[in-house]
Amino acid sequence: MKFKLVKKPPVSGIKSILTTLLSIFIALLISGIFLAFADVNPISAYKDILIESVGSVYGITETLVKTTPLIFCGLGVAVAFRMQLWNIGAEGQLYMGAFGASLVALHLNTDSHFIMISLMFISAVFFGGLWALIPGALKAIYNVNETIVTLLMNYIAILWVDFLIYGAWKDPKGFNFPISAEFTSAARLNEYFDSRLHSGFFLALLCALLVFIIIEKTVWGYEIKVIGSNPKAAMYAGINIKKNIILVMFISGALSAIAGFSELAGVQHRLQHAISPGYGYTAIIIAWLAKRSAFGVVIVSFLMGMLFVGSDSMQIYYQLPVAMVSVFQGLILFSLIVAEFFKEHKIVMVKE
Amino acid sequence: MISIIIDATIRAGTSILYATLGEIIIERSGIINLGIEGLMLIGALAGFYTTYTTESLILGVFAAVLVAGLAGLIHGILCTYFKGNQIVSGLALTMFGVGITAVLGKSMVGQTIVGFKRIEIPVLSKIPIIGNSLFNQDILVYLSIFLVFLISFFLYKTVWGLNLRTVGENPYAADVSGIDTYKYRLAATFVGSGLAGLGGAYLSLAYTPLWIENMTAGRGWIAVALVIFSSWSCKRALFGAYFFGGISAIQLRFQAMGTTISAHILQMLPYIFTIIVLIIATIKIEKGSSSQPESLGLVYDREDRK
Repeated sequence: MKFKLVKKPPVSGIKSILTTLLSIFIALLISGIFLAFADVNPISAYKDILIESVGSVYGITETLVKTTPLIFCGLGVAVAFRMQLWNIGAEGQLYMGAFGASLVALHLNTDSHFIMISLMFISAVFFGGLWALIPGALKAIYNVNETIVTLLMNYIAILWVDFLIYGAWKDPKGFNFPISAEFTSAARLNEYFDSRLHSGFFLALLCALLVFIIIEKTVWGYEIKVIGSNPKAAMYAGINIKKNIILVMFISGALSAIAGFSELAGVQHRLQHAISPGYGYTAIIIAWLAKRSAFGVVIVSFLMGMLFVGSDSMQIYYQLPVAMVSVFQGLILFSLIVAEFFKEHKIVMVKE
Repeated sequence: MISIIIDATIRAGTSILYATLGEIIIERSGIINLGIEGLMLIGALAGFYTTYTTESLILGVFAAVLVAGLAGLIHGILCTYFKGNQIVSGLALTMFGVGITAVLGKSMVGQTIVGFKRIEIPVLSKIPIIGNSLFNQDILVYLSIFLVFLISFFLYKTVWGLNLRTVGENPYAADVSGIDTYKYRLAATFVGSGLAGLGGAYLSLAYTPLWIENMTAGRGWIAVALVIFSSWSCKRALFGAYFFGGISAIQLRFQAMGTTISAHILQMLPYIFTIIVLIIATIKIEKGSSSQPESLGLVYDREDRK
């Protein structure tokens, strides 16, 4: 008896989703082994994640708070993926968005909520978009590997924010902590349901809808898809690939930058060192899992939001570092690759 | 002063050199491994933990190579047998490495070991100015330079090396001529990942004999960029790694001298220079002959054989 892998027609619909869910389940099983190594009972840990994240109204709003930046970054990465652009710099673009928003919030003197928030938003989009435009232009003009450049630029963006909060923007009343001054109430997004859930969440849903319409329903969205799936055909069809690379990278960075804006205006109300516990990196998984669909991004972001809320409680109950989330995510990606493979292959036994 | 800077350059560049050599071997087989950052962390922790518990630096080195090599094999298997997307799989490896070392390494934070000692080479180390910085280093520095030449020799002067390069250039042709492409790719991933792990262990066993969460600080990504800069050649990787090492050394030197430039801005320099170097290297590659392996990053499926 011997085992052999043979190709089969790709599975579709429900079967495909079930395979994906099964792979996530297997990733959780393997993560459980590592949890056990860290002296944590995996079953009770998973139960805690579930209860903390969706077991109460408070939990659900907290999950939605974490879902918000994930939707923005996930959309950003997904838009770039459409064109086979590997923008893995969402984390840095988020930080540059946060920088742009703070630049306005800390220096503009107005009581008008509308003016303040609008300018913060525009500034965030500008700086985050520009940050992604650099690797985009390098890719378009010189064909420089965008994966590595976007990634290296994350480190620079984070150091840039550090530079400001340890230096010029340090709050004189901050007891020497590396934090900026607190934003005025004009620079804060409205909160709802007596919780931390802020209007950024609804903006995220709106952005998802917009991205969906642009990608699926417009000629331009179609062009991007063609470039992504067959660049040669796109060239013959007269689509300007270089221009589109730069434009798509700008939009991609701008979306991630809105995450920085909404985190600061909606939740943190000041610039500080750890704005993001890795939302930008998680966005890569979200875009991949969601198969680049805007609707899928919203769903997967919610699942990842649960993971972040759960990890917060695991940090408190079990003293596990936030990095446990990365372990989950890495393993989920590994098992997804295997799952994708088995959607197109099956094992058969052959007699020798 | 010059002596101190050369010394610091070599020490800061060595971990990158190991990682770059590792990535060159892997990419020569046609696989891109973006998991280097994670593998370096895994190596750094495995090496530190082993040395901490056994008090043997040699065992620490072996553990780093072995554990990182095995972790890299996950990537290798996914990219060969499971035909996975190499970029996604590599990123997953980095995420996994960053996470698992933070979780499992928590108890190691703040522990101390005695790191590798410098070995003074007689006579040569007495050469004025450069002698003490070049010939009074720890064994891992000497080993890394030896490996540059060994791997170069292996790739260009041995049958195995030729086979490996063929697999990276044209796996279909390699397969037809009886070379087991998957085995070569797996072996390259194992060895290359092990070297990346050794690069990480250099940090935790010699450079700063400590374990700190995320202590590689992006060196793995710089190594991936340096592979392009060095156009997949080991000897050029040596210069690339020391170039980076030089910039970090000068940067640290500035900080130590109490300059008014912010430490955060100085810390950006290595990343900025790596990007600039990458741009220059890419423009050169685009213009003329590229030594990038033809099949780099592509899935090889025997059933698609042409």
